[in-house]
Amino acid sequence: MSVQTAEASDAVQGAIRQRVNRRSVVILALLIATALILTAITLSCGRGCFAPGDVIAALMGDDASGATFVVNDLRLPRALMSVVTGLCFGLGGVAFQVMLRNPLASPDIIGISASAGAAAVFAIVILAFDGWLVSAVAVVSGLLVATLIWALSSNRGAAGARLILIGIGVSAMLDSVTAYILLEAPAWDRAEAMRWLTGSVNGAQLPDVIPVLGALIVFGGLLAASARDLNILRLGDDAARALGVHTEATRLRVTLAAVGLVAFATSAAGPIAFVAFLSGPIAARLLGGSRGILAAAGLVGAILVLAGDFTGQFLLPARLPVGVVTGAVGAPFLLYLIVRTNRNGGTI
Amino acid sequence: MTLSRDHKAMRVFGVVALLLATVGLSLAVGTRSVPWSEIWDGLTGRIETIGAAAVAVRMPRTALAVLAGGALGIAGAVMQGITRNPLADPGILGVNAGAALFVVVGVAWFNISGATTFLWLGIAGAGCAAVFVYAIGSTGQGGATPLKLTLAGTATSIAASAFIIAVVLPRNDIAGSIQSWQVGGIGGARFDTILPSLPFLAIGLLLSLGSARILNALALGEEMAAGLGQNVAWGRAMAAAGAIVLCGTATALCGPIGFVGLVVPHMCRMIGGIDYRTILPLSALGGAILLGMADVLGRIVARPNELDVGLVTAFVGAPFFIWTVRRQRMRGL
Repeated sequence: MSVQTAEASDAVQGAIRQRVNRRSVVILALLIATALILTAITLSCGRGCFAPGDVIAALMGDDASGATFVVNDLRLPRALMSVVTGLCFGLGGVAFQVMLRNPLASPDIIGISASAGAAAVFAIVILAFDGWLVSAVAVVSGLLVATLIWALSSNRGAAGARLILIGIGVSAMLDSVTAYILLEAPAWDRAEAMRWLTGSVNGAQLPDVIPVLGALIVFGGLLAASARDLNILRLGDDAARALGVHTEATRLRVTLAAVGLVAFATSAAGPIAFVAFLSGPIAARLLGGSRGILAAAGLVGAILVLAGDFTGQFLLPARLPVGVVTGAVGAPFLLYLIVRTNRNGGTI
Repeated sequence: MTLSRDHKAMRVFGVVALLLATVGLSLAVGTRSVPWSEIWDGLTGRIETIGAAAVAVRMPRTALAVLAGGALGIAGAVMQGITRNPLADPGILGVNAGAALFVVVGVAWFNISGATTFLWLGIAGAGCAAVFVYAIGSTGQGGATPLKLTLAGTATSIAASAFIIAVVLPRNDIAGSIQSWQVGGIGGARFDTILPSLPFLAIGLLLSLGSARILNALALGEEMAAGLGQNVAWGRAMAAAGAIVLCGTATALCGPIGFVGLVVPHMCRMIGGIDYRTILPLSALGGAILLGMADVLGRIVARPNELDVGLVTAFVGAPFFIWTVRRQRMRGL
């Protein structure tokens, strides 16, 4: 009798697991398809549209009646930059949110993005660095600020109110540093600086994409390798330790990976507002508790940047950088999240 | 008792002396070094040299720093009192950002100009933002806790500045004139834009100072305040109206400036105790000192450029914010 029950319950659990897995496979496939469609639209449509055949011909290197320059030199770098930075922000954001068990603990709210931005501006303007070095400085500064926030909030494990508030304070401070450095730079006029500060993939070139792609592979790989332990961390430190997870080592690896992703993407495209913050919660809602939150959040990030950039370029009366569009979507979502959490009576 | 009163008087005297020193520095120090004789010429209106002209420009600027700083300082104290929230500040709670948004939209979309119209827009924006943030921050259990209010205010600020950027970026024609409502600076001050604000500031000041008693009662808790015979709702509304008028006016004049209203009341509590009848006037003086000093600092550190005063106050004020957060017990947050 009891054997039968156990078998039945095993079967039920198996079925549930299968359905959950099927759901995550379907969702991931849909997200990939959406990202690909948006990439195709970015490549073929703009001020003028090209036929798919022309776009493919241009990408293959054939001469395609005027499409070659526009597609290969203008739109391809832009689309690639959008996809890669979107993946980086999405992955980096969700890593922080899962690790600290708090959707508000995303790098763009707790000051990690602000520090990467300030360091990148410092490296470009004052130290006259370019390429890899800028990103390296941004990574180091991101790690320092993460350590600083951890130390100041002195609260291991879940992110309490204190960590979020301290992060907000650190952000405000670093933003003023960024603005100060930009003021010192003679070549930057204010409009250009503002465009960069909100995040833009405007004028992206292929050589700019490569460091970010490298970071995506290295740090994304590190994050993927820690995915199982990260998931177990959600149960709390004690449970994770009982299951054989080295909590401190995992936290260190995940922090390094997430800061690396965010810092490289920020030094290439500026802190595109709220992509890191939005991707995780959207992915979680789509998946409804199934596995694959990291991959899904990365894809949602890519979709957000692609769609935001296209909207800012062509769907609005004025041309706006992608960060303004994602910021305009993200801030109300942040308010909604606050209201919803308050209503449910939970502490944020 | 008498000793402590003398002590307090000495401290108040010190604050006034510091304010006078700030005004002096603000007139004498700037991007351009001006000799004393030319400073005197500039102050007395004999403008024959470039130095004297520079000093003449510094006069309205100093006046604006004193007025706006005072307004923000006292508004911060009132907000901390009403919400019983040590983190309250017109900048952090998003009130200044709302005022700036209204002014920018008025300029960009409705071609509004004129100093008095800006003031009305600023006050309307500050009021809307204050109601909005308080409504969001007080949903759920426990009412408007410091954390919820701060988060709601920060999110509102971010939303408002994203919207401001979206409005301003495509408009190169007005970008220059609107710039000061993005960061908060007092560089372009002129007496003819400051003068119309004086009645507004006076009304805000009276409303705020008049609410000292209700703020004192509220500090004991809402039930206690009602028990002491205070009409809590009415008193809060009056105090809030005063703070909103002050923030809206200050922001319409010089853009969103954060952290002055946070830092100053805390400092004043250390100097003058917890009685709001002391804190409010002291905060006005302290705000004037802080904004004046921050402006002087902004002129010195980035020579030959000038750093907007809003950036200086953020850099100085944010560590203070963090320190205040750390000082609170977790339960209180």
